[in-house]
Amino acid sequence: MRALAWHGKHDVRVDTVDDPEIINPRDCIIKVTATAICGSDLHLYDNYIPTMQAGDILGHEFMGEVVEVGAKSTLKKGQKVVVPFTIACGSCYHCGKHQYSACDNGLPADNQDIAQELYGQPMAGLFGYSHMTGGYAGGQAEYVRVPFSDVGPIVIPDGVDDEKVLFLSDILPTGWMAAENAQIEPGDTVAVWGCGPVGLFAVQSAFLMGAERVIAIDHFPRRLELAKRFGAETINYEESAVYEALMVMTGGIGPDAVIDSVGLEAHGFFVDNVLDQIKASTFLGTDRAHSIRQAIIACRKGGRVSMPAVYGGFIDKFPLGALMEKGLTLKTGQTHVQHYMPALLNAIMEGKIDTTFLISHRMDLEDAPKGYDMFKNNQNEVTKVVLKPGYN
Amino acid sequence: MASADVTKAAQHSDDAPPTTWKHGGGTEVAGFATGEGESFVGRAVTINRPVRDVFAYFRDFSNLPRFMENVERVDLLDDKRSHWVVKAPAGKTVEWTSRITDEAPDGFIAWRSEDGADVANSGRVEFRDAGARGTVVTVSILYDPPAGVVGKLIAKMFQREPAIQARRDLRRFKQLMETGEIATAAMNRKQHEEETA
Repeated sequence: MRALAWHGKHDVRVDTVDDPEIINPRDCIIKVTATAICGSDLHLYDNYIPTMQAGDILGHEFMGEVVEVGAKSTLKKGQKVVVPFTIACGSCYHCGKHQYSACDNGLPADNQDIAQELYGQPMAGLFGYSHMTGGYAGGQAEYVRVPFSDVGPIVIPDGVDDEKVLFLSDILPTGWMAAENAQIEPGDTVAVWGCGPVGLFAVQSAFLMGAERVIAIDHFPRRLELAKRFGAETINYEESAVYEALMVMTGGIGPDAVIDSVGLEAHGFFVDNVLDQIKASTFLGTDRAHSIRQAIIACRKGGRVSMPAVYGGFIDKFPLGALMEKGLTLKTGQTHVQHYMPALLNAIMEGKIDTTFLISHRMDLEDAPKGYDMFKNNQNEVTKVVLKPGYN
Repeated sequence: MASADVTKAAQHSDDAPPTTWKHGGGTEVAGFATGEGESFVGRAVTINRPVRDVFAYFRDFSNLPRFMENVERVDLLDDKRSHWVVKAPAGKTVEWTSRITDEAPDGFIAWRSEDGADVANSGRVEFRDAGARGTVVTVSILYDPPAGVVGKLIAKMFQREPAIQARRDLRRFKQLMETGEIATAAMNRKQHEEETA
């Protein structure tokens, strides 16, 4: 089959590789019909994520048609499914509590060592996202082996356009969980840092959960324009002072809840990167971790901090004092995708959530390297690239 | 027991498991014989299944090679004795016959290798009903590899790696009990066979 493989920094290629096969009884194989490049794929593209190996197949936002099923899969050939980016077993204690991204069994036993050392306990597996998260081949490919197919993939009704439901795989549930973690109360003002796909879905979700005002913060005019379309007020941090603007806009109180959907970049996972990070964050005013610091400082007393943004290692100058003194609540975590999928599919079908507005570019899987380059270098216009095998 | 160890054990005042004690003395307290170059390993895992199921699967030692990566084969000799063939460095294997010294159904199994073992070892695996969380399985193993050149190679494997190996084996045991399969990232059967060979 053809698949997008990582070969090093800014070097991804569409290679011909062996087709995947059923290995475990709960597996299925899907033929990919649509897959997207995620903002977090750029961290791999930029070589910020360790434990990548040349030839690793990328992609964790994907959907397709079931073409083969293991003996214990509950899916049927021919069904259209969207696959969660988190690989979770559905049978462990954490899955039982719907904490799917904390699944005990999603990672192969040997791959659990790194996370166990770094975080204290291993997390769920992820598709196409380094060997630390399992080394699973990803979805920017013609075919994918999907473990625990009786738990993860959600069946899509016939006749629904792929583009409407594709983002159930990651960014829609991630934006929704971000808003949920902000514990929004009716009448709240919510500030969202970062108007990438997750931030834009967080804006929509916050309004659906009863926020009276949402203030979106970014520096790409096109992305702020999209936030505005959903009713958000905007702050362009290149034009205005964010903290000062937020304080005036909220009558000196600060937002009731803040959401950081910016995330890492320059935040690698290992000790040898840490010094570089500290240097970068000390000397560069534009360091990305600035978003979480600013969010905590701006948040009103007794408010809530939601952090869907991906952080892998350490940041310095974390305003722990502000968190404590102001009595803030911090909620975060990788998305429990499986938990949110059914309700969000319904919300899409009922027209409560708009998903397709995000897609700026559609391409053939064969053109994926060009898609990465565009997404990396023109974030203003390229909001989302969807890849389709055989699109040309 | 060396006198220094006696002192350390006597001084130990907390509730931490003996396998986690920093200054030694834990082996004797836990009821293990001591030896030169021994390696004392302790690991615990919680398995979301009833203690009865978890104990029964483990007690049938012929199941163990399914999740113990280094164990090639376990032959059951009688109800208490089993013969183990375990992978060693450089494509070799080491063997021993193990005898159950004490056990309680759904409670614990204690064993000790018989004389003539390539790598003398003794251990204890405990099963504790953890209610809604399932079963806590705690393993303590003491390895005592032989002296000499070959012993050194084996010691390398049995002193440095058993802690990692035990942890990985317990994770696979948990996966098998909870999900019915062992997680793999292999894309196809050929790759899977190479990884598990």
